[in-house]
Amino acid sequence: MPLEARGIGFRYQRGPWVLRGVDLAVEPGELVGLTGPSGLGKTTLARILAGYERPLEGNVRLDGGPLPVTGYNPVQLVFQHPEKAVNPRWRMRDTLIEGWEPDPELLKALSIERRWFDHWPNELSGGELQRFCLARALGPRTRYLVADEITTMLDAITQTQIWHVVLDIVRERNLGVLVISHDRPLMKHLCNRIVDLESVMSDFPAAAGEGEVGVRPSDFRI
Amino acid sequence: MSSVDAVAVSHSRTGRLPRLNRRQRTLLVIVLSAALLLSVVAGGLLLGNEMLTTNLDQRNLSPSLEHPFGTDWLGRDMLARTLKGLTLSLVVGVLASTVSVLIALTLGMAAATFGRAVDGAVTWLVDLFLSVPHLVVLILIAFTLGGGTKGVILAVALTHWPSLTRVIRAEVLQLRTAEFVQVSRRLGRTRWWIATRHLLPHLVPQILVGLVLLFPHAILHEAAITFLGFGLSPQQPAVGVILSESMRHLSTGYWWLALFPGLALLVMVRAFDILGDNLRSLVDPRIAHE
Repeated sequence: MPLEARGIGFRYQRGPWVLRGVDLAVEPGELVGLTGPSGLGKTTLARILAGYERPLEGNVRLDGGPLPVTGYNPVQLVFQHPEKAVNPRWRMRDTLIEGWEPDPELLKALSIERRWFDHWPNELSGGELQRFCLARALGPRTRYLVADEITTMLDAITQTQIWHVVLDIVRERNLGVLVISHDRPLMKHLCNRIVDLESVMSDFPAAAGEGEVGVRPSDFRI
Repeated sequence: MSSVDAVAVSHSRTGRLPRLNRRQRTLLVIVLSAALLLSVVAGGLLLGNEMLTTNLDQRNLSPSLEHPFGTDWLGRDMLARTLKGLTLSLVVGVLASTVSVLIALTLGMAAATFGRAVDGAVTWLVDLFLSVPHLVVLILIAFTLGGGTKGVILAVALTHWPSLTRVIRAEVLQLRTAEFVQVSRRLGRTRWWIATRHLLPHLVPQILVGLVLLFPHAILHEAAITFLGFGLSPQQPAVGVILSESMRHLSTGYWWLALFPGLALLVMVRAFDILGDNLRSLVDPRIAHE
């Protein structure tokens, strides 16, 4: 059963619509790439899909039902900046086991070293932190992974290594993945299909009948 | 090397004190001011009440070696009275600022987590308290509760929370949008778990510094309402009582009755202020370890 976004519309307070009429579906075992110009709302869509933000219009369906509001969310989001996604006052061990206790094989596959466990986040590099964030998100109850530019700030070797591990796990557990990135070659290599956010926004800009000026985020492009 | 540097180096070499870095200096100041405050408490507690008994042979003595702060019109040693008074003030200060911090923490967290209605109510309450002159509220509460030690402590405790509440509310609001807090929620952690494991550790510095910085306020306000006659009763050795009594004798030339207790109060309040400021500069850079 897929993870579906149906007619998603979102805006902040009374601001212009960030997203309007977005339809998107990810099947289990499928890797879908999501691309689009900066500022179009890719991250916002990722947050909505993972239940961090409630859409104002439309809904997100998992197996035909809504996402759980409390308890473990089967749709896990991995962020672009891992240093913001870990508590700076916690040792790495506590961050790692916040959701579940990752098995040694996974740690080995992600090349997370045991001696990092007692370190503070600011003592590790971005790549090392991102491995922890991935391990944290890949609990047994996770069925979909939303990867929001998770390797953008990493060097090519680390990037390859991390994606190899993720691909292995995704195949093994039949996870569905939404890969958000600007890196088209990477997405062509990884994904079954690539979706351009601009093309899935069906009725953009905002409906003129509401008496507001529809601002197209792409208008801000230089 | 510039000449300024050269001067600085030669200074540090000629001086006896080893050159301290900023952190060590901050720690030193903290230790010194804490020691000063502790010695006041120790002095106040160790001094027996016999120093406070009336001794009519020794009335209105000006400061001497035997009575460094002089004696009052009943022959009581002013140093002993001042130390006792400061200790009492300190106790009132500790109680009042602890209660204030607890109120601030509860209201601040509630405002930031329980939705718009609660937030509105708390913010309104904070604005209300901050818009009325502080001393007026203090007197009102102390007067309603019938004065005395209980009245003073409650009045001081119930009026010092608003500004800290604002700080904590803002801090929690900011923390709640932090990614690591939001992740925790999606990992199935409860609100309570997140509040105690994620939020509280980040609030500890604010609470600690808030507590210490509330002290001087609480102490001065205690002295103020006692001075005005709404606070502690006259037989208690409070600084406010000493100061208000001595006002009557100032014009007759007994200057030491007001000067030394007043100075001592000033020094203690400044010591707390310095302690708080240095604590803040020690914990504020958000260095969780070292």
